[in-house]
Amino acid sequence: MKYIDPHIHMVSRTTDDYQRMAQSGCIAVTEPAFWAGFDRSSPQGFADYFRQLTEYEPRRAALFGIRHFTWLCINPKEADDPGFAREVVSLIPSFLQSPTVLGIGEIGLNKNTRNERIILEEQIALAEKHNQLVLVHTPHLEDKLKGTRLIMDSLRASNIDPGRILIDHVEEHTVGEVLDRGFWAGMTLYPDTKMTPQRAADVIEMYGSERIWMNSAGDWGCSDPLAVPKARLEMSRRGHSQALIDRVTLDNPTTFLSQSPNFRLE
Amino acid sequence: MSIASYTCPQNREQVVATYFLEHRAKLLDIAAFLDRLDRAPPSSAGADFREVALQQAIRILTDAKPQRVARILSLLSDYSPELPQSAHGMKGASGAVRLVSEPDGILSTGGTPS
Repeated sequence: MKYIDPHIHMVSRTTDDYQRMAQSGCIAVTEPAFWAGFDRSSPQGFADYFRQLTEYEPRRAALFGIRHFTWLCINPKEADDPGFAREVVSLIPSFLQSPTVLGIGEIGLNKNTRNERIILEEQIALAEKHNQLVLVHTPHLEDKLKGTRLIMDSLRASNIDPGRILIDHVEEHTVGEVLDRGFWAGMTLYPDTKMTPQRAADVIEMYGSERIWMNSAGDWGCSDPLAVPKARLEMSRRGHSQALIDRVTLDNPTTFLSQSPNFRLE
Repeated sequence: MSIASYTCPQNREQVVATYFLEHRAKLLDIAAFLDRLDRAPPSSAGADFREVALQQAIRILTDAKPQRVARILSLLSDYSPELPQSAHGMKGASGAVRLVSEPDGILSTGGTPS
């Protein structure tokens, strides 16, 4: 069995997580740039982080036969100071030349502020200018529905094909709108604030398997780097076909990510 | 987007056999939480808005209408039109919003669910 975890923050995980993921069938991960649990004090801190994502993590993953790809951005939580955020965004174009960069992400909103939206839209423009894929973070709790709608409005104001944009952390009250508007949808399997494998399987049953994937978003918080294989097991014990399980955990990620010329599994 | 019907590969009996014990335990967790609230002395500020929202959400579980998860998530969602300039000084997300009383006495978010 093979799968891809298309959203996981491996910089926050230990090397034995790579080992356990490889043993569970993981062949590739994609890692969006995100909040480190604290606000970085300078743009240089982000430059170091981007080097870690583009140079160090691919080597660490390769030790276990896992392909590592990345997305670059300033995350919405640290984007509330537009001046600071613009300095970070100005660093990104030079890193887009790295062979494992797939696009801009995870951009989005955190507290649904005007400042966050300004930087979101500037990073959407950056993705459009450089013909990059986009991976979108949506807020997690009561802010999610409002934030998802605001983000989709900003995205639709750009000229990026919605088929090149994945909106992540969808739940039952947002997945329908995301798919209806032509975007891809990501379901995050997370022990506390997001979806369980059971609910993810329910969403597949309700909304189908087109333009949808699931990921662990494993990071420094309570999270599970084996969430995707656990969801595969959940779908299997429920009686779903191997073809459907492979579609949402391997084929769909491959289809979306292959729109970037940098995504190669061989 | 329309919701597909009869797409679970298991029949009702199989669903119960697979999930009953797991969800029995989760139901007991909710019951224990409500009992814990009963044992806690009331605060001077009255019922917390999250407790009110949770009580309202529990009604959705038993109303025999479809899409319970989506409706509960919508009930717990912020529909305010305001966009603050900055997050400076804002509290973290709480997972619920203060519900308002509609003319028919039903509590709602005051917004328009999808």
